[in-house]
Amino acid sequence: MIKVEGLTKRYARTVAVDNISFEVEKGQIVGFLGPNGAGKTTTMRVLTCFLPPTEGTATVAGYDVQEHPIEVKRRIGYLPESPPLYPEMDVIGYLEFTGKLKGIPSADIKKRVDEVLERCAIGDVRDKLIAKLSKGYRQRVGLAQAIIHNPDVLILDEPTSGLDPKQIIEIRELLKSLAGNHTIILSTHILSEVEHSCERVIIISAGKLVAIDSVANLTNRLRGSESVSVEVDATGGIPDPSDVQQRLEQVSGVRSVTMKGSKSGRLTFEVESLQGRQIRADLARGVVNAGWNLSELRAVGLSLEDVFLQLTAAEKKSGEPAESEAAKQ
Amino acid sequence: MKLIFLIGKKEFKSYFTSPIAYLLMAFFALIFGFAMYTATRDVVRMGFQAQMMGQSQPVNLNDMIIRPLLGFASTVSLFLIPMITMRLIAEEKKTGTIELLLTSPVKDIQIILGKWSAAMLLYLCILGMSALDIGMLFAWGKPDWRPVLVAYLGLILQGGCLLAIGEFISTLTKNQIIAGGVTFFVCLLLWVLSWSTAFDSGATAQVVNYLSIVTHFESFSKGVLDGKDVVFYLSMIFFSLFITSRSMESLRWRS
Repeated sequence: MIKVEGLTKRYARTVAVDNISFEVEKGQIVGFLGPNGAGKTTTMRVLTCFLPPTEGTATVAGYDVQEHPIEVKRRIGYLPESPPLYPEMDVIGYLEFTGKLKGIPSADIKKRVDEVLERCAIGDVRDKLIAKLSKGYRQRVGLAQAIIHNPDVLILDEPTSGLDPKQIIEIRELLKSLAGNHTIILSTHILSEVEHSCERVIIISAGKLVAIDSVANLTNRLRGSESVSVEVDATGGIPDPSDVQQRLEQVSGVRSVTMKGSKSGRLTFEVESLQGRQIRADLARGVVNAGWNLSELRAVGLSLEDVFLQLTAAEKKSGEPAESEAAKQ
Repeated sequence: MKLIFLIGKKEFKSYFTSPIAYLLMAFFALIFGFAMYTATRDVVRMGFQAQMMGQSQPVNLNDMIIRPLLGFASTVSLFLIPMITMRLIAEEKKTGTIELLLTSPVKDIQIILGKWSAAMLLYLCILGMSALDIGMLFAWGKPDWRPVLVAYLGLILQGGCLLAIGEFISTLTKNQIIAGGVTFFVCLLLWVLSWSTAFDSGATAQVVNYLSIVTHFESFSKGVLDGKDVVFYLSMIFFSLFITSRSMESLRWRS
């Protein structure tokens, strides 16, 4: 549905997007992830024909964004970072205007407007001026504008920013109900967002593609090693931290031990295993044999957040994308 | 065509949801009304004096009142037009709604023509205020209506020209004040150019004078429909709208 090849976008002095290629299949929800200034918005703007690419091509539903922009725009619904609203219009008037702008015939417009009003739960403000709406409502009116012409592709730039938790859940549900018929790309820097609603993740950092994979694969890939949190105390007083650290490091299969802190007589360590080693049993034995008490032993799951940090940090260090099998596909 | 109409309608409506349209119309009505009052007062006074001296000659309303008044309207419009055009595109750029227009299946030229026709329509409404005053002359006198129509046509063409220039300037910035200020400056410049032949009638001065928008209004205000001037205005409108569309396109490259 969406195909981006070797996309590069240079501004006067900076390279916003650097040689990005990816593909999105029909009906998928894809999360577009990256720190601020990574080039998410720029990529989206190229896809929506708002900006021309400096190099490379992008096609949406088989149409090139530069050669057939009108055809591409017909098939795209776009919600920019700040919803493009005319404050002097009322909600109905605005939706009718945008609907007609996107080529909905006048006969169907009323019906479509009613539909999106209901879908985005903004029926109760239909006659209000947009200037009077709160941020959350504005966001939803912006979303209504993006889906009004029932586009094949939805491109949403931070669709949940400014919404309260309940509204965020509603938007997620809405997106899920739209998937299948629609291909959705949504950008965000909130990771739980992606974990909840996306099937695939594209991570970019400093304009470069870092990883592209399914959410499950990404977390698994970096979870090859086990990470365990260990809390230790002793009956006779606080044990010497360096002693404990040394002891833990001696356990077989341990790659690194980091002291996390001490709280009310307890020392907390995070222990990372070597690839593919189970170390919890050995750790417990090691602590108890040394005469200390093991007050907690807990596997620390690697959240997408950590994956993200690891990937983008690796990126910064090496200066080139952390190549993965997934990124090559 | 439908899209031009759609954009134009939306734009025209938004002029009237903000006070700007009412302000401009009221301002123009006031100024024009005052000019009308002084012009008629002078004419009436002159008429009385002539009667007292025993030589009563019919007052030519066209020459004595309508012509100078519509000439005045043409000058006043130089001040109003920047206020009409400054928001056209600059505001969309500022609020980000330009992203909606440029990512909708609409051609740039449709956006430009839609906005220009909305501005044109507002300008006509403003000019309409003057028709009230001129209409009074028709109610109580018998001026020739043909030169009046020609003069109005001239005002409309001149306005269309300046509105197109204003729209072009509005694409260049996202700051409405700058757009308005620069448009105002350009309007004034195009007015002042007409003075160049006052003391000098060399070739350069002639060319400079020809470029002035106001020069071409003169024949209209005399009630003469000169093809040369119509062509000048129409080509200026076409050219300005053309560079506006070029500028819109470059928005994508520059931003």
